[in-house]
Formats: sequence, C-alpha cells, structure tokens
Amino acid sequence: MSRYLLGRIAQAVLVLWGAYSITYFILYLLPGDPLSIMLSASGMEIDALSPEQLAKARSYYGLDQGLIERYFDLLWGVLQGDLGQSLTLDRPVTEILAERLPQTLALAGLAIALSLVGGVGLAYLAAYVRWQPLKVFLARLPALGFAVPVFWMGLLLIQVFAFGLGWFPATGSAGFDSLVLPALTLAIPSAAVYAQVLQRGFQDVWREPYIVTAWAKGLSRAQVQARHAFRNAALPLLTLVGLQVGNTVSGAVLVETIFARNGVGRLVQEAVLRQDIPLVLAVVTVSAAAFVLVNLLVDLLYPILDPRITHAPKVS
Amino acid sequence: MSRLIDVENLKVSYHSGGRVTEAVRGVSFYLQPGETLAIVGESGSGKTTLASALLGLLPLTARIDDGRLAVAGQDISHASERSKQRLRGRVVGLVPQDPMVSLNPTLSIGRQIGESLVLRHGKRYPGLDADVVELLQQVGLDDPALRATQYPHELSGGMRQRVLIAIALAGEPQLIIADEPTSALDVTVQKRILDHLEQLVKARGIALVIITHDLGVAADRADRVLVMRQGEVVESGAARQVLSAPAHPYTRELLAAAPAFGATPRPLPVALAGKQPLLRFDGVGKVFSLPQGRSFQALQALDLAVYPGQTLAIVGESGSGKSTSLRIALGLEQPSSGRVHFAGQDIGTLNWKQFRPLRQRMQLVQQNPFAALDPRFSIYQSVVEPLVSFGLLKGRELEQAARRLMEQVQLPASYLDRLPRELSGGQRQRVAIARALALQPDLLLLDEPVSALDVSVQAQILDLLRELQAELGVAYVLVSHDLAVVASLAHQVVVLKQGQVVEQGEARQVLEQPRELYTRELLEAVPGRRLAVA
Amino acid sequence: MTVLQRRLARALPANEAWRPRRRLQRLLDQAGPLLRRPGFVVALLLVLFTLVAALAPWLFTQFDPYATQPSAKLLPPSLSHWFGTDELGRDLYTRVLYGARLSVEAALLAVGLALVCGLGLGIVSGFVGGRLDAVIMRLVDVLLALPGLLLALAIVTAIGFGTLPVAVAVGVGIIPGFARTTRAEVLRIKTLPYVEAARLGGASWGRTLLRHVLPNAWGPVAVLATLDIGAAILATAGLSFLGFGAAPPAAEWGTLIANGRHFLITAPWVSLLPGLFLVLVVFSLNHIARTFEEVQR
Repeated sequence: MSRYLLGRIAQAVLVLWGAYSITYFILYLLPGDPLSIMLSASGMEIDALSPEQLAKARSYYGLDQGLIERYFDLLWGVLQGDLGQSLTLDRPVTEILAERLPQTLALAGLAIALSLVGGVGLAYLAAYVRWQPLKVFLARLPALGFAVPVFWMGLLLIQVFAFGLGWFPATGSAGFDSLVLPALTLAIPSAAVYAQVLQRGFQDVWREPYIVTAWAKGLSRAQVQARHAFRNAALPLLTLVGLQVGNTVSGAVLVETIFARNGVGRLVQEAVLRQDIPLVLAVVTVSAAAFVLVNLLVDLLYPILDPRITHAPKVS
Repeated sequence: MSRLIDVENLKVSYHSGGRVTEAVRGVSFYLQPGETLAIVGESGSGKTTLASALLGLLPLTARIDDGRLAVAGQDISHASERSKQRLRGRVVGLVPQDPMVSLNPTLSIGRQIGESLVLRHGKRYPGLDADVVELLQQVGLDDPALRATQYPHELSGGMRQRVLIAIALAGEPQLIIADEPTSALDVTVQKRILDHLEQLVKARGIALVIITHDLGVAADRADRVLVMRQGEVVESGAARQVLSAPAHPYTRELLAAAPAFGATPRPLPVALAGKQPLLRFDGVGKVFSLPQGRSFQALQALDLAVYPGQTLAIVGESGSGKSTSLRIALGLEQPSSGRVHFAGQDIGTLNWKQFRPLRQRMQLVQQNPFAALDPRFSIYQSVVEPLVSFGLLKGRELEQAARRLMEQVQLPASYLDRLPRELSGGQRQRVAIARALALQPDLLLLDEPVSALDVSVQAQILDLLRELQAELGVAYVLVSHDLAVVASLAHQVVVLKQGQVVEQGEARQVLEQPRELYTRELLEAVPGRRLAVA
Repeated sequence: MTVLQRRLARALPANEAWRPRRRLQRLLDQAGPLLRRPGFVVALLLVLFTLVAALAPWLFTQFDPYATQPSAKLLPPSLSHWFGTDELGRDLYTRVLYGARLSVEAALLAVGLALVCGLGLGIVSGFVGGRLDAVIMRLVDVLLALPGLLLALAIVTAIGFGTLPVAVAVGVGIIPGFARTTRAEVLRIKTLPYVEAARLGGASWGRTLLRHVLPNAWGPVAVLATLDIGAAILATAGLSFLGFGAAPPAAEWGTLIANGRHFLITAPWVSLLPGLFLVLVVFSLNHIARTFEEVQR
C-alpha cells in the first residue's frame, strides 16, 4: 500500500511539474516579444528607452538569460516558495496570492458544497419519484444547467435577487451575504454534472441483478434506493469531484469578475489584460497544484467507498 | 392442506414502444407446501415472467390482463405494492441465477444477510451477528465468522451462491424460487450446492420452485414438472411420468434434444490407417508469471494428438487449462515447455507474422455468438472477411463463395444482407462457423461452441458440426465443460483438472467406463443421469 | 428451421439473384427514428438556423450591425426591434446574428483542433499500449491539471487577443476529453471477440483498426464532439466576455453580454437576451448529442 502511495505522490509531482513547464513555455516561448510585453505591463514603452536602459531592463526581468537557464532559475525559486515579482503591482507574487486566496477558497468551498447537495439531491429525487411528468422534468433539468454560461447566470441572478428582490448584495466581498449569489452561480454547472452522472448511475444500477436480490428480500423502494442503488451509483462521483476542481477554478474567474470580488480569479483576469506574465504563471501553477492535490486525495479515499479497489497488485 | 401457490388462467403481457408482447397466455398450476416443482422451458417460454409475477416484481411495462395469482392464500394479481412487499422475503424467497452479479459489491456479506434477518424480526436485535454466522455455517461456508466480514468479490462463485441461499433462508419463507440454478457455475460445484439446498429445504419443509431450461435438473430434483412453451403450459405432471412417457410432442422434442436422455447421436468413426496427426502437443506446459515474483502453472505436460477428420475434446472445469491449450494451438500464447506441431511443423516458437500463413489451415469458432460478429458488418462482410484479408478472391467469385458458405451452414442466402442483431443466437453461431470455414481449413478449434444457446438449438448446431465433419473431413478440437456435448462429437477425449491430464483416450471408453475418480465425478454431476440411468 | 426448410435451402440453385445492399440505404434507415422525435427536429432546426445565420446573416435581418443610431438607444424589445437596442442604438437581434459567425467559427475551429489531436492521441494510446500509452496518458493528465479557462488565458496572454487565439486556447483545453474517451473505446473494442476473430482470419493491424475498431469506437466520440461544440461556444463566449475576444465593434456574443452589464438595472435585455439565445443554441446542441446517444444504446 505504501508503495502505491509513494508512486501516486511521485506521479502527482510529475504532473504538477509538467503543468508548470507547459505554462512557462507557453508564456515565454510563444510569439510576442517578452521584453516589450513586460515593459508595457510595467507601464513603459519599449521605444522610449535607450539601449543601456533596455539592457538593464533585460537583466532585471531575467530576459538576458537563455530560455532554459531562466526556466531552471524560476523553478528553483518556486521550490523555495518564491513565485517572482508582479510586474503591474510591483510586489512579490506570493504576498499578493496570500491576500487574495482565502476569498477564492471560501467561494469555491461553498460552491462545491452547494453543488454536491444540489446535484445529488436532484438526481436522488429524480430516481425516487414515480410520477412520469415530474420524473422527466427533473431528468431534463441538468441539461439546462449545462447550456447556461456561468457569467450570464450570474447576471440573471443579480437582476432577480439583488436588483429585483433585494435579498442579497450585487457586488462586493464583505460578509457572508455577498458570498451567497456568487457561490450559487458557481455551483450550478458542477451541480448539473453531478446530477447527470448520478442519474445515469441510477439508471444503470437499477437494472443490476443485485437490485433484484434486494427487492426479493422484501425491502421497500426507499430502502432499496438508499442502501443498494445509491451506494453503487454514487461511486463515480468522487472521481468527478476531483475533476471538477478545474472547472470550479475557471468559473471562479468569471464569477469574481461579475460580482466584483477580491479573489484570485479577478486578479488573474486583470493580470492577463495587462500581460503580467509572472502573476499569470503563478496563478496557473497554484490552480494546477490544487487540482493535483485534490485528485490525489480522491485516489486515496476511493478504497474506502469501493471495497473492490485495493491498490494492491492484481492477480487475474 | 391449502395450496401455497394457486394460479388460474394467468395472462401477462408487456407493453412498450407501442407494441404488445404476450408473455404468459392462460397458465394454470398449483403448488402444495413442501413440494418441489420444476418449470421447464426455453427462452421466450414465459417462465421468467412467471417467476417475476410470483415475486410481485413485474416491471412497469408488464400488465396482468386476466386470471388469478394467489400466493399463500392472497391474490396478488391486483394487490398494492405494500402487500406484495410483505410477501417478498417472508413468504417467497429467491435464489437468483448468477451469483457473480447478484450481491451488492459495496456491502459486506454479514450486512447483506443481516438485512434479511432484520426484516424477519422487524428490527435489529442483539443476537443478529450470531444468527448471521450460524446461517453461514448452515449453508456450508468454511470459517463463517470471517466470511461475514468479507465482501462479495473476495468469495468464489460457489461461495457466493451459498450466501444467496443463506439470504433466502434468513427470511424463513414458505417457498423458495430458484432461478436457473445450473447455469452459472461448474458442474461439480453446482451439484454440491443443489444437493445442499435440497437438504436444507426438505429439513424446513419449504416448497421449492426450480425455473430451468435443463430437463436433467428437473428430472433429478423435482416432484412435479411443468413444461412451458411460448407462454403456455404444454404438459404437467409427476416428474417421473412426464419424463419417461411424455404426452406432448414438444416435450418429446426437448427430451430428444437433451443429450442426457435422448439417443445421443455419435460421431461417425474415421479411418486412421497410417495418417500423421494434424496437431500434436508433446509435453506442453505453460507458466504465467504474476506480479511480485509469483507464478501460475496453467498447463503441465500435456500430450495430445488430433488426426485429420477426427474430433478431440478437451474437457475440464474452470481453471483446468483448457482455454490455455486452445490459445497455444492458435499461436496466441507460446508454450513454456514442450513442443507444438501442426502438420509436422514446429509452431511453438513462431511469431505472429510467421504464423499467419498457417491461419488458412486453422480457424477458431468462439464461445459467445453475441459478440463474435462485428455489429456493423453485414453477414456477407463478416463471412468473407478472411478471404478478403488474405486477398484470395474478389468480386463475383467472392459473392459466390459467400453463397456457398451459407449453404453449408444451412442458412438462406438472403441473410447475407442482414446485420447480426437481426439474427438469433443459433443463427449467429452458424455465421461464425461459416466464417471459420471460409478459408477451407484443415482444423477447426471450437471453444464452448454451444454453451450460450438453448437446448434445442444446441442440438441443431451439433448436428451441423457432425455433418460438416463428415462432408468436409475437417478435424475438430472441441473445448467444453459439458460432457453431453462432448459425447455427441468426440472421437478422443482428454480430461483436464488444474492444468494436469487426469484421463485421456477413446471417447467411448472415457465416457462410459471412466477409470479415474475425477472423471466419474464429472459424469455423475451431469444433471439427469439419475433418471436416465434408472 | 424445420426439416423441410432445411431440404429446400439445400436445393436452391447456387446462382440466385442477390447483391450486397447499398450502404447509403442502411444509413437512411438509421436516420428514420431520429426524425420522428419532435424535440430532436426542433433542436436541429435551431442549430441549422444558427449555422446559416453564421454564414449569411443578412438573410434574416435588414439592419446594419455596426450602424449607430443614438436616438434609438436602449429601446426595449418590440416588433421592429425583436431584441431591443443597445446603448448606441444598434439593433440587438442583428448584432446577435452577426455575432453568430464569430462564435460558431471559433467553436468549430476549437473542436476541430481538439478532435484531430485528441482522436489521434487516443487511438495511438489505446491501440499501441505499453510505454507509449503511459506517456501519452501522463501528458493528458498534465493538460487536465490546467483549468480550461486559465490555460486559455495563458495562451491568450502569449499570443494576444482575438478570435483565432481564443479558438486555439479553447481547443487545447478540450483535447484531454477526446483523448480519454477515444482511448477507453479503443481499449474496450480491442478485446472483443470479433476483433480477435478478424486477426485470426488474417487481418492486419491496419485493417483491424480501420474496419473494426474505428467504426465501432465512433459513437461515443461523435456524441462528445457534439457536446463539446456547445462547451466550446460557452468557453469562447466566456473569454470574449472577459475582454479577450475580438475587438469592438465586433459583435461576439460574450462581448455583447459584457457590454450590457453596465445597463443591467435600466435595460436588462441588452445582456439577458443575447445570453438567452446562446443558452438555446447550446441546449439544442446538447439535446442532439443526447438523442444520438439514446438511439445508440
């Protein structure tokens, strides 16, 4: 078991390193002169500088080094916790992230909780009711959730609940009240995915022979669904939660922009607008790290839910 | 004594997609407490629908159109879900068909049995765990305390079947329905479990309804037999009587087709004088290496010889190594020791490319006709594919070859246009045989060729194979666990157990006068021998 | 078959008139049940409408999407302006139709890119297996670890803004899904008996791949492709909403919605109606995909 654990951790680190490297190369390798990008990000025009100033700038940004040399330099810095200096805000990136990350984590946390409750609840209900029209309606609802863009939904919710009914504030980062609408908006796409997958799961599991065995014991419909169907249909959900981390982060960028919240999402949006390369690189790396970590946890938790998975070498 | 089951003129139909299918058409029968009744029928006979109706588990698409269905005095044909639920488990128990998929994989054995006990007593009670262990012991599981904490995937098929019996008994029912109890496991394992079930049921005075397609099982274990065909009861009565002197022509047909009873057609003897063996195994062994440095010996010192025009049968239960020997013959695996010769050539060390020309002379018919044909290929495309792969024929000649092949397997040429899903299992197997014959091979390897088919269809396919051998002079290597199938085709028999040869020789001798204990066990486990021998 | 039928079959002449059925005919047979579902037809019509609007928007409206008319600004929906007007007096319905071209173009490009790369990776990975499979799957894992939008943002930071970079960015993010689905299907089919039968019948790996594996693996991939077109539309709209799409006065859907944000209290239709149209298009695409899947099951 511990051999498996070590292997998985090594794999996770490898993936994280790969993600960092790819992002690095995209940002520094693709067309566009990094120097002029960085200069304009800092508010200077490349043409306005003399050759000596350009040379100084180049060495300041580390652009006088070769691509590979700079890569290892930066990587070394990351391993020591130094994520570089933001060009636009002129502060260490680590500091900026430490300030803004808690906001985003709170948003993401609430959103994930809401999406699980909503998604699982919807699918459970859809499987339980027997009245066809309601059942069909509940089954179609997730499809709607897939089709709705996060940013539009946010605007709609603002229109109805903030401007229309006045229950929640439309923007801002202060207090729990302001967290509700953004979390709800962020939760909807994930909830749709969970509901859809769980519904499919129920459909498949309901036809399995062990469900017939459960019926034959004399259990009621509710008991069969809860004890036998749900336990098996919900297995893929854990993996999904891991995969949805990426979508949640992406959604957070849009949601924080609409609701004008001080999180990492809005930070990266501004950073991209102003081509602040170190900041973008840092945020992408942190998200990748979150993804890798959550998926590692999911992998390790799986045997608890599904006794067939043991992480030991199999004999066929 | 009041009847436990009283069915009068029951009619059940399925309504889906605008179509109505009548599954049960006016069936009447009864069951007394403590009796054993066998309901015999092939697929489409309505026996499964009947079993579902008795449990009150008909799907939403089914409707009881007419008739009366009374279990323990209560009419459940139009009863509420609640009253049907009360009957399940406590009055009527079920032992399902396939033990490998009939247990919840995420709950421990103890909890699954405990559920039934809790339902029986109405709530959880202090002696629950002890009762679970006691029940596991009664159904014959070793180390019951350990088994109660284990999960289904940790148990073998036979053990799982015993757990299912324990679950059914836990409810203390008056009646147990056993659904196709002989289809999923090895013959010897099945026999032991069914013997045990019989014992338990008789000891507690529980009535038993056996749903089966196998007349042999009905003969061995039932007091009365009900024969069903296409939703109707064609014959019913005491088992001994129905099976020794059947009144209805369909029953007679079933008896004739079931190898344990009917006059098993024997293969025609083939002159061997001075011929060289087509396929020869010399001391072949196969060892599979497993993770963590362990190894598994699938075959040990196997010697066999297949002569042109003859059939060699390899018989064994699961894990005997029979499939491995086929794969070695086909070149899909290489032997770890010993030599394999085909037509005098050593094939044990050839790689895929070198082996390829030999494929024209050696073909395979697979076990599962439902997955052996590409669902997107028309029958024509499937049948001529080997010819196309080797580039042997084109255009008109290809079409002619296809027609000729269909004729050989006795299917109309118009089927060439169809897709596999439009054909029945037996028809698909014929197509698979036609495809295997396309290259006009000298040797045909048959892996459980009829195990997935109905009894009457089995007989037809076996007849076809016999005729083809006589007409074309093809040699067969037949792998099967079913001794009745083997008896109808084999000239030579090899009996394997866990990779080793137990007995081999002329078919007549091995099957009628076996020397070894294991062979005798296998023969005795074939259902129906009791009545046939009597 | 009865004994009589069997004798008859043997007596039939060898050269009866029979030719293999045309493949086109079989294709038409398959389309039949699809067209009988009203939901599917409606969805298909909406998608076709959007496609035609993307190619020739002038067919459906006579307004100019770029002509400003300050006197008619922020008018609510009416018979003359179906979606109302925006803050510069431009007819919103027209803007949506012209925006269709940009959004559809970007989405199709993105999915096309992802399909080619993802399909290729999945086939190689599933078919060849072994080390190559492990390496490719690690690569896919890495792509998965980068959240779609952020990866797109990184690409846009480097290449610049506009429809093409957005399409490439979104496309790269969709590749893992295709690669994994294709690989799973190839692995499943590779072990099926009929593939083994074809190989034993002398078929080369190439023939097996082209005639057996790919046609049978196609189903789930086609469903995923249709679903991903919708996802790509949403993703490109998201990017242009954030300001990274084509520069104004281009009428990309995301930009339209972003613009209308400022007038949410007084004129909500400026944001909400283009969004509604977007929702309907994506919903229709998803419905088509789901119908395919149901029919295949």
